[in-house]
Amino acid sequence: MSEMKKIKNLKEFSTSADRFEGANLLCPGCAHSIIVREVLNATNDDLVLAASTGCLEVCTAVYPYTSWDASWIHIGFENGSTAVAGAEAMYKALKNKGRLKQPDRNPKFVAFGGDGASYDIGFQWISGCMERGHNMMYVVLDNEVYANTGGQRSSSTPIGASATTTPAGRVSYGETKNKKDMMSIMAAHHIPYAAQVAPNKWKDMVKKIQHGMEVDGPVFINAVSPCTTEWKFDPKDTMHITDLATDSLVFPLYEIIDGHELNITYRPKNVVPVEEYLAAQGRFKHLFKDEYKYLIKEWQERVDANWAYLNRREEARV
Amino acid sequence: MAFDKMELRDIEVWDGNFAAAQALRQCQIDVVSAYPITPSTPIVEGYAKFLADNYIEGEFVMVESEHAAMSGCIGASAAGGRVATATSSQGFALMVETLYQASGMRLPIVLNVVNRALAAPLNVNGDHSDMYLGRDSGWIQLDAYSPQEAYDLNFIAFRVAEDHDVRLPCMVHQDGFMTSHTAQGVKTMDDDTAYSFVGDFKPMNDMLDFEHPVTHGVQTEEDWHFEHKARQHNDLMTKVMPKIQTAFDDFEKLTGRKYNIVEKYDMEDADIAVVCMGTSVETAREVAKEMRGKGVKAGVVGLRVIRPFPFFEVQEALKDVKAIAALDRSSPNGAPGMLFNELAGALYNTDTKALLSGYVYGLGGRDLTKKHLTDLYSELQANVDAGKVLTPLQQFIGVRGPKLQFL
Repeated sequence: MSEMKKIKNLKEFSTSADRFEGANLLCPGCAHSIIVREVLNATNDDLVLAASTGCLEVCTAVYPYTSWDASWIHIGFENGSTAVAGAEAMYKALKNKGRLKQPDRNPKFVAFGGDGASYDIGFQWISGCMERGHNMMYVVLDNEVYANTGGQRSSSTPIGASATTTPAGRVSYGETKNKKDMMSIMAAHHIPYAAQVAPNKWKDMVKKIQHGMEVDGPVFINAVSPCTTEWKFDPKDTMHITDLATDSLVFPLYEIIDGHELNITYRPKNVVPVEEYLAAQGRFKHLFKDEYKYLIKEWQERVDANWAYLNRREEARV
Repeated sequence: MAFDKMELRDIEVWDGNFAAAQALRQCQIDVVSAYPITPSTPIVEGYAKFLADNYIEGEFVMVESEHAAMSGCIGASAAGGRVATATSSQGFALMVETLYQASGMRLPIVLNVVNRALAAPLNVNGDHSDMYLGRDSGWIQLDAYSPQEAYDLNFIAFRVAEDHDVRLPCMVHQDGFMTSHTAQGVKTMDDDTAYSFVGDFKPMNDMLDFEHPVTHGVQTEEDWHFEHKARQHNDLMTKVMPKIQTAFDDFEKLTGRKYNIVEKYDMEDADIAVVCMGTSVETAREVAKEMRGKGVKAGVVGLRVIRPFPFFEVQEALKDVKAIAALDRSSPNGAPGMLFNELAGALYNTDTKALLSGYVYGLGGRDLTKKHLTDLYSELQANVDAGKVLTPLQQFIGVRGPKLQFL
C-alpha cells in the first residue's frame, strides 16, 4: 500500500501534479477537465488510464498530440472500463511472473466515461467489470447528455431538459423519463465503494478518490459535470452551476460502502430551491412557461423525496 | 508459485480445439480474456483447466461478452504481454468493432476463430461466414485444415504477430466441428521446445512502463487518418508474408513439418484446379488423386494465408492451369464469392487463360462429398475441352430444391 497523498490547500492541490495538461480542446468552462485534474491530483501513484469515446477522449488525444502524462488508452465508446480491466489483469499476470519493468511501482487503474458511455452503451461492460472485481476505478463525467455528438438525450438526462432528440416544442417539455439511478445499480454489485462527487466540493472529492484508490476492488464514482454548451450557461459560471446542483440537492453527495452502508458526505447549510438550479440553465428555460410550471413543483418534490430516502438509508445503518 | 510442465507423448489424440488450447498453454499466455461460444468454447475451457491444474501462470478473465473479450485483450496487450482468445460466428460478429481497433492500434493479439455460420437462421455448424466477415479488419489470417495444423499455426501466429516489424494481430482459423471436434493424432513438441519457438514476449510502448507513459488509441481526422491506415495496409502487404515464410522455415527446421503460404497438391502439371480452404482441401486432394487415376490432370490449391491475400503465390500456383474452380464456403449475398472475386483480381492482369468458375458449398455445416467434387472436376474438364465456361459462373453445390446458379 502506498502512502496517501497529503493535501493542504486548494492552490497546492491544483498545481501538485501535471498529468493532465491544460493544453486540450475541451470547451472553456467544461467541468470535465476540472474533475479529471482533481482525480489525478488526489494521488501520487502511477496511473494507467482509459477513456471511452466522448468529449474527454476526442479533446485530449488528437494525434500527434496528447494531453496525458500517464499511460492512457481509448478503444471505443463502450469499453473504456474493460480496457482498464484488461490492463489490470496484465499487471497482475506480470507481477506474479516477476516480469514488471518497475516492480516497486503500485499503479492505480482508472477509466473515465461520460454518462452516455456509462449509463447507456457501456453499461454492460461496467457491470461486468464491477462483478468481476477488478482493482480499478470507474469515473463517470456525468453531464447528463451526449455532449460529444451535439446534445442528444441519454438515460442520465433529467426530466424537463431539452435535448436535441427530446427537444422542448409546442407540445413537448423535453425529456420525459427519470434519470437512471446508477449509484444504486452499481452499489447493487456489492462493490467496496461507490460515491457521488462534485468538482466544487474538492475536499470531499479528494477524500473519496483517495479512499477509492486505497480499497481493493472495483470503485464507481459518479461526478456531476456541468456542460456549458448543452446546459446553456456562461463558461465563467461552471462552479456556480455546480454549487447550485449540490446545494439544491439535485446532485447529492454521498457514498455507499460495500453495497449497503450509505453516508451523506455533504449537507448544505442553506438548501437552495430547485427552481434556482433550473433557472440558471438554458436547457430548462421552457419549464418557466405557465403550462409547465407544475413540472418545477414536481422536480422539487422528487428531489425532496430522494433526499429523505438517502437520509433514511443513512440512519438505518444497514 | 511456478507452474508445472506437462509431459506429452510424441503423438497425442487431440481435436482441433484441444490442440489450440495446448498451443496457448505452451506459449505461456499472460492474459486470456474470453467469452464462450460453440464450437470454440473448449479452447478456453481447456485453458481454464490447465490454469486450475497449475500448468499455466497467468490471468484468465471471463468477461460478459465477446466484445468485452476483445476489449480486455486490447487493454491487456497494450499493457504489454502475450494475449490470446477464441471465438466463433455470432461472437466473432460482436467482436468486429474491436477487431479493427486491435489492428489499428498494432497490438499482437492472437485470436483462434473456429469457423461457423452466421445467423439468421441460427446455426452452430461450420462454414466460413465469420472468416470472411473479418477479412477487411486488418488482421493476419491463417487457416488450419486439421488439429495438427491448429496446433502448429498458433505458434506461427505469435511469432509473426509479435515481431516488432509487424505488430499486427493474427487469427488462426479452423473449421467448426469438422476440425474443432474431430480427434486425430497430433505430433507434439515438448513444453521447452514449443516455448523456444515463440520466445519471450518483448513489449513495445507498453502502458506498464511508468518511465515512458504512452497514449494508445488516439483521435485522427482527415489530416492523419489516411496515413495511419495506409501504413497499416502497407505493412500488411509488404512485411507480413516474408515473416510468415521465415516462421514456416524455422518451424520446419524445428519440427520437420512444412507449411506453405499456398499449399499446392499435384499442381506441377495440372490442367484443372480447385482452390479452397479448411477441411475441404483434404477432401479435394483425395478426389484429385482419384481423378489422376482416370487420366484427368487435377490439382488442388489450398490457401494457408487468407490475409494478406497471397497474390503472387496464387498467380504462380495457377499460372499453367486451364480451368479453375473457386470454392466459397460463405453465402456471397449479392455478388460472386469472395474467393472467386479475389482469384479473379489476382489473375486478371496475368498471362493466364484459365477459365474461372465459382462454387458455393457447405453452408451451415452441409457436407461436401467426394461425389460433389468428382462432378465439379468433370465440369472443369468439360470447360477445358470446350475452351469456354459451359456452366454459369456461380453455382451452389448440394442445395435442395431447384438448382441455384447465376451469372
